[in-house]
Amino acid sequence: MTVFYILLLFMIIAAIIAVETKNLLGAVICIGAIGFGASLMFLFLRAPDIAITQIVVEVLGLIILIRACISRELTFISGPREFFGVVVSVAIIFAIFLAGIEVLKTLPDFGTPIFAQVPEAASQTYISEGMQKTGAANLVASVILDFRAYDTLGEATVLFTAIIGATVILRKKTKKLLEDPDQ
Amino acid sequence: MLYALCFLLFMIGLYCAVVKKNMVKIVIGIMVMEYAVNLFLIMLGYRFGGIAPIVDKGQLDLETGQIAAGFLNSSVDPLPQALVLTAIVISLGSLALMISICIRTYEKYGTFDITQIRRLKG
Repeated sequence: MTVFYILLLFMIIAAIIAVETKNLLGAVICIGAIGFGASLMFLFLRAPDIAITQIVVEVLGLIILIRACISRELTFISGPREFFGVVVSVAIIFAIFLAGIEVLKTLPDFGTPIFAQVPEAASQTYISEGMQKTGAANLVASVILDFRAYDTLGEATVLFTAIIGATVILRKKTKKLLEDPDQ
Repeated sequence: MLYALCFLLFMIGLYCAVVKKNMVKIVIGIMVMEYAVNLFLIMLGYRFGGIAPIVDKGQLDLETGQIAAGFLNSSVDPLPQALVLTAIVISLGSLALMISICIRTYEKYGTFDITQIRRLKG
């Protein structure tokens, strides 16, 4: 129980530094600290699959983020903010804060999940019959590859679309083709 | 209390995404929000003294195919874990897309400041 508090406080401190530091590369390193803290937290929450995935995704994401902000000169931004923008930001943050407080009141206590009290919950079926129906000892794998395989198909589609979008945005050839339609 | 700390992490990310003017800082805020939401969903399925949702040899009756009652009563929820696994991978794809937009904008305008970009356009 204590380890959860320590890890969450560590992540919150890293997030505050990442948000408030002027150095963009330092902010990216702090994002790495949050991600690896989250990975440890997943491990202590008994989710080893997610911990492994989180580490892999974290390393790739850090490479992408460092590519964005290394050797860029004008990363320090200052100047006055617009009054209207500040008002709108404060209103958005305050509204979501109030909604979150209302949601926090309805949540069950930590460590006593809802699915344990409802016998006909979907998760109960996955735990009791997942091994027999799919033959996978790892129930998470049986859920993503068998019970909810269409979700995984959709995930692959979304990932493919995002990578196509990134490739199209980053390619350099477009302007040349527009200027010279004959080639 | 743990949920409240997780919500605080989400609010820090939201503040960063809404208030900051640097494009990379906005991306960082969105990433912090993603971490907070993933963590919250996993915490919802945790129970005290829980074990990972992986069936061990001793917990399976080989003749009848029944899972031991001890496993049923102590396994954590596998459903949010499976869906968060999907969400983490998708977040990597969306991060790549956002960062490529940032790099392209920097090449065109020479700055990450969103107010500058708006001024140069008009």
